[in-house]
Amino acid sequence: MTPCNYNDARRGFLKKTAAVAALYLTPSLVAKTFAMDGFVPKPIAKEKLSVTINGKLVQMEIDARITILNLLREELAYTGTKKGCEMGQCGACTIHINGKRTKSCMQLAVAYQNTKIITIEGLSTTEQLHPMQAAFLKHDAFQCGYCTSGQIMSAVSCVREGQAKSRDSIKAYMDTNICRCGAYQNIVDAIQEVAKTGIKI
Amino acid sequence: MNTNKNNTIFWEDERVDGVDKVTGKARYTAEHNLPNLAYAVFVTSTIAKGSIKEMDVTKALAMPGVLDIIYYANCPAVPGYNPNAAERPKNVTEWRGHKVLYDNKVRFFGQPIALIVADSLENANAAIRFVKPTYESEAFETNFDKARLVPANLKAPIQYKRGNVSSVTPAATVEAEYTIPIEVHSPMELQATIAYWEAEDKLLLYDKTQGPKSTQGTVARTFGLPEKNVRVIAENVGGAFGSSLRSWSNVPAACIAAKKVNRPVKIVLTRPQMFSLIGYRPQSWQKVNITADAAGNFLSINHEAISNTSRYEDFREGIVDVSKFLYACENVTTKYNLLPLDLSTPIWMRGPGEATGCFALESAIDDLAYKLKMDPIALRIKNFTAINPENKLPFSDNNLKACYEYGTNKIGWKNRPSVPGSLKENGWLIGYGMAVGVFGAGKGSASVRAVLSNEGKLILECAVSDMGPGTTTAMTKIAAETMQMPIAKIKFKLGDSDLPPGPSQGGSGTTSTVGSAVNLACKTLQQKLIALAIQFVPAMSGFTAEALEVKNEMVLLKTDASKNIDIVGLLKLANQDKIDLTINSTGKTPEQLKFTSNSFSAHFVKLAVNAKDGKIKVLEVVTTGDAGKIISPKTARSQMLGGVVGGIGMALSEKLEIDHTTGQITNASFAGYQVPLHSHIPNTDAWFVNKPDLNMNDIGAKGIGEIALIGFAAAITNAVYNATGKRVNHLPITPEKLGFKVAKA
Repeated sequence: MTPCNYNDARRGFLKKTAAVAALYLTPSLVAKTFAMDGFVPKPIAKEKLSVTINGKLVQMEIDARITILNLLREELAYTGTKKGCEMGQCGACTIHINGKRTKSCMQLAVAYQNTKIITIEGLSTTEQLHPMQAAFLKHDAFQCGYCTSGQIMSAVSCVREGQAKSRDSIKAYMDTNICRCGAYQNIVDAIQEVAKTGIKI
Repeated sequence: MNTNKNNTIFWEDERVDGVDKVTGKARYTAEHNLPNLAYAVFVTSTIAKGSIKEMDVTKALAMPGVLDIIYYANCPAVPGYNPNAAERPKNVTEWRGHKVLYDNKVRFFGQPIALIVADSLENANAAIRFVKPTYESEAFETNFDKARLVPANLKAPIQYKRGNVSSVTPAATVEAEYTIPIEVHSPMELQATIAYWEAEDKLLLYDKTQGPKSTQGTVARTFGLPEKNVRVIAENVGGAFGSSLRSWSNVPAACIAAKKVNRPVKIVLTRPQMFSLIGYRPQSWQKVNITADAAGNFLSINHEAISNTSRYEDFREGIVDVSKFLYACENVTTKYNLLPLDLSTPIWMRGPGEATGCFALESAIDDLAYKLKMDPIALRIKNFTAINPENKLPFSDNNLKACYEYGTNKIGWKNRPSVPGSLKENGWLIGYGMAVGVFGAGKGSASVRAVLSNEGKLILECAVSDMGPGTTTAMTKIAAETMQMPIAKIKFKLGDSDLPPGPSQGGSGTTSTVGSAVNLACKTLQQKLIALAIQFVPAMSGFTAEALEVKNEMVLLKTDASKNIDIVGLLKLANQDKIDLTINSTGKTPEQLKFTSNSFSAHFVKLAVNAKDGKIKVLEVVTTGDAGKIISPKTARSQMLGGVVGGIGMALSEKLEIDHTTGQITNASFAGYQVPLHSHIPNTDAWFVNKPDLNMNDIGAKGIGEIALIGFAAAITNAVYNATGKRVNHLPITPEKLGFKVAKA
């Protein structure tokens, strides 16, 4: 089956496709050619959600299937939280929920009613960088920057949970967060420096 | 927060885009929002080869929110897909485009066969399982090790020969085979495109690409548009390592879908799709035969290679090239064949070709050193050459000996056991290894626009991209140094095809190519400022341009700095609101072409192998680079550290697994394909010769990205041999390959 006719394909692609689109936007026209076997798609389940994100109360109606990660990135423009695998394996989507580090790609938003979410955008509560952000900057603890939000959120938890006592304990805690550019050594340096200051973060 | 080094006016050593990256403000491709955005997801094939007899999309189309399902039967004819199009060569290095959804053929397992477009990601994903293809399967082959043994399967041989068989009887000979499995770039950012037809024939793309201009050209050719009607934006690139050097299926698919549904469309590949749809380092087999006389002089090198490509495109890289020029040797032969398999097409991955070739060559040389009872470093020094023996041109600079000296001292090479397997500490066998890396240092053409405002701010623009090495930072630093003005007043803009043309970020050429253009733009700007000063400043009229200079944001007389005018005042005096110029920097000059230019590296590893179970622990790494002048020490060091991490993965864990009975990739996730984690990485010392190579370009800087990785895997395997006396030439090294029995869970 070769539907493609390359004669004058340029004009064809640029101009005729609008009509083709209209055809396919009308499923009933196509449906005639196939049996539906009594198939009736279920309507999308909607849920009301109330959460606090970076100190702001958010109340909205959501698709019951949406993850916290997709809610943040696609619906609320908190794109600082990154999508790396959607399988809980890379840690790029790490955020804090009620103070606990959480991989947001693995969590359905509806399960987190009335929780307090902190993302990289809300880590610092002042105009200044959070000490961990400043340490990452100082130690060049990233290259492309894509895993960085997750690394920083995990790093803060690492110090808060008292797991930053040695380089080995930092590494073990941080094995949840992959950095393909390979900034690991600088990340550990940054965490160790923040931990050594002893300031509450 | 700022730890300024050297000169507090010029140097702030953080990345200029660092604050955006640690605060989450830096935007990557999929993070751009457009009104009325639709979401598209691929449905992929579940056979390796054959055709689709029919595809039932009825139920999927009826699912909530589904706008369209595009597949071979309804995909509009795309001009560039014309199989007869003269401009579409089969070689991917010339044709960077990728065809998708245009016919009912299946060429590899996981190939996109349909695109679901919906009003939300959730709705698009929910419809995937309702798309029902009916296949007609054909016999296929994905097994490299099996297929390479049949000569008729091999194609496109390239051979090289210099010299003859040496008349000297060799004192030592090494002949060995080396294999590397498919490795996958696995950058953290998922490949993504947002396409939006701003007008019937005008396209705006946000695309994860290493080359906005390259993507612009590819898309323009594919859709029959003038280049100026295609704008490609890649503001930040979340790692790529070569995987974003061509436009993969996501690019044309997004363009087609956006046209069909008449809305902006976003496609983000899933992590499993990242293992099959954006290329990989091809699987390879190599054989090296190397001979030497008793003093260690190489008598001959014979290097053969086979690497896989797809059945529908040819992809070739420089695997055997290193053997032609890295060491002094009169008699060299090489042979390189391609092996087509029913897989997707490979693409350059960090240190392309050379990383593969150096693994074999540098392992063989290590092997030879033991046979000759020579120190491997002494053997390399013995065969050092300042002249490239392939093209007979002198290297513009080659400081490998300085790298050897630093590395041996720092790693404690003197503690290396001369007898392999003889140093044991607390149940661990200790070994030391080293290897060399090399990569061509190019300089291409690029244009840069410089705009100096009458507020004294300088904006520089070039359509290059920054996938993580810190191009924005390095370019800003070059401008600051040439202009002798503070970094804070300079902004370098990139990642937009509307900017003056620049190269794709690849092949370690960005700093040399774009840096030279930035330098030229700044020098041209200085000449304009001097000309204005002579024209408008009475105290400077009558002086020649040579008598004046620009520094510290002033034009001043070289012999009397008290005669000066600041550039803000000068522009006001000249009644100009800005100076706006665009320069074109070309490739190497005839003078620079009298040399052959390379970056070099030498990697040193100390590791331990558990005597009971064969577990390998890398204890310490020293990595050294000879890459001319180091523009941005902090980001350059990070590149070297990253190369070590990539090299540890290549040597010890990375391998794409394929089930050859189905053609399916079976470890397409971070759980299955194991990239190094925090715990796998030892303390690493990164050091540079840091000597400007002014035979190469005016800024004296060469690339780092590739040499950081090239050779590293051999440093590991050589150290494993030193620790255990067992040589493993088949990556990745595992306890099983070292002869240890490993209990299966």
